[in-house]
Amino acid sequence: MNVAKTLDATGLACPMPIVKTKKAIKDIETGEVLEVQATDQGAKSDLTAWTKSSGHELIDTDESSDVLKFWIKKGE
Amino acid sequence: MALHAMKPSELAKKVVNKEDLFILDVRNEDAFEDWKVEGENFEYKNVPYFDLIDGVEDIMDDLPKDKEILVVCAKEGSSIMVGDMLSDEGLEVSYLEGGMKAWSEHLEPVKISDLNNGGELYQFVRLGKGCLSYMVLSGGEAAVIDANRMTNIYTDFAKEKGVTINHTMDTHLHADHISGGRALAEETGGSYWLPPKDATEVTFDYQALEDGNTIKIGDTNIDIQALYSPGHTIGSTSFVVDEQYLMTGDILFIDSIGRPDLAGKADDWVGDLRTTLYERYQNLSEELIVLPAHYMILDELNGDGSVQEKLSVLYAQNHGLNIEDEDEFRRTVTENLPPQPNAYQEIRETNMGQITPDSEKKREMEIGPNRCAVR
Repeated sequence: MNVAKTLDATGLACPMPIVKTKKAIKDIETGEVLEVQATDQGAKSDLTAWTKSSGHELIDTDESSDVLKFWIKKGE
Repeated sequence: MALHAMKPSELAKKVVNKEDLFILDVRNEDAFEDWKVEGENFEYKNVPYFDLIDGVEDIMDDLPKDKEILVVCAKEGSSIMVGDMLSDEGLEVSYLEGGMKAWSEHLEPVKISDLNNGGELYQFVRLGKGCLSYMVLSGGEAAVIDANRMTNIYTDFAKEKGVTINHTMDTHLHADHISGGRALAEETGGSYWLPPKDATEVTFDYQALEDGNTIKIGDTNIDIQALYSPGHTIGSTSFVVDEQYLMTGDILFIDSIGRPDLAGKADDWVGDLRTTLYERYQNLSEELIVLPAHYMILDELNGDGSVQEKLSVLYAQNHGLNIEDEDEFRRTVTENLPPQPNAYQEIRETNMGQITPDSEKKREMEIGPNRCAVR
């Protein structure tokens, strides 16, 4: 996967992972992918709900280690 | 305006006293739909916090000016963020300290009654999850029935009352919440009692709770008699306390009955459930006051915050006790059941000692309502 930008949100508690993700996605172009790394367990459901409501796409997740990884494709 | 922190205990008082409150819940929509702070005179608005990061102007018109506002989220972080923004707009608001997690862990002790010879009976109401647990005190000793995970609440209470907890017992192997019975017994040096038929796969030592067992609390002899009453689980056991109270576990609730499917054996256990509800309990005194291990809806809460009702009243009013046709009963308790409790398999495994999640994981597992009943 071609990742345009990686955001390290590890160690941050809600709401910071989403606050930072929202900022970071402004730095990439439509169709590009942002990788978000987080340790807050709530990040998954919140990123899922946020991408749905904001028009971006959560294309993949990796929850196999303590650091959760999310790949978000920027929408229009 | 300054942002205030509201403690779960303050919120509990508002629920019990049926006060007015406007709750702005900033969790995502699924979480809100699934589970929220229930209050008879509470109003709600759900806007996920991520829609408010850039400002709260869009929702200002939807918030009341003449009502107390509480912002709620999962842990508290987002509610502080949103609460601060609302304060900046000039609103007087509070946030729920510790969020839904802390709410889920709050236990409100309610005195049920004095018992014979100076004994006392307390019900611990877990408003955030609908779990009920009990402490029977007498002569410097105490027993805790269906203890929840937050054992410090019971040990603090026992200390305050000057009693030693020497027995903990579970009416059955719980599937909706993590039992504190074993941990509490370990902390206090007491015995942990569990019905052996629910304990065939446990990894620890326990005292076998058999039909007819009598456990005495204190030298004033408050009896707790065990009554085998299967149906929610195969081992489910009820207690008759001081010949006045019937602790039914998850077999019989105030406005509903237990569900037999949480161990995957609905068809096998439905007959046991019927026999317990329509025969075993029928043979008991109708004057007994039923104290269940859960409540599901606020209507089941009495004015004093307790959950209790006479057995005779339940036989007259609880729909689950008035289904004459056996096939219809079978269908009612095996079909169209509500969703199963969050992480119920992992919770059962934890209660059997097979897995030992860390405390953060345990909190996550217990999120959501209890869902142990069929209405």
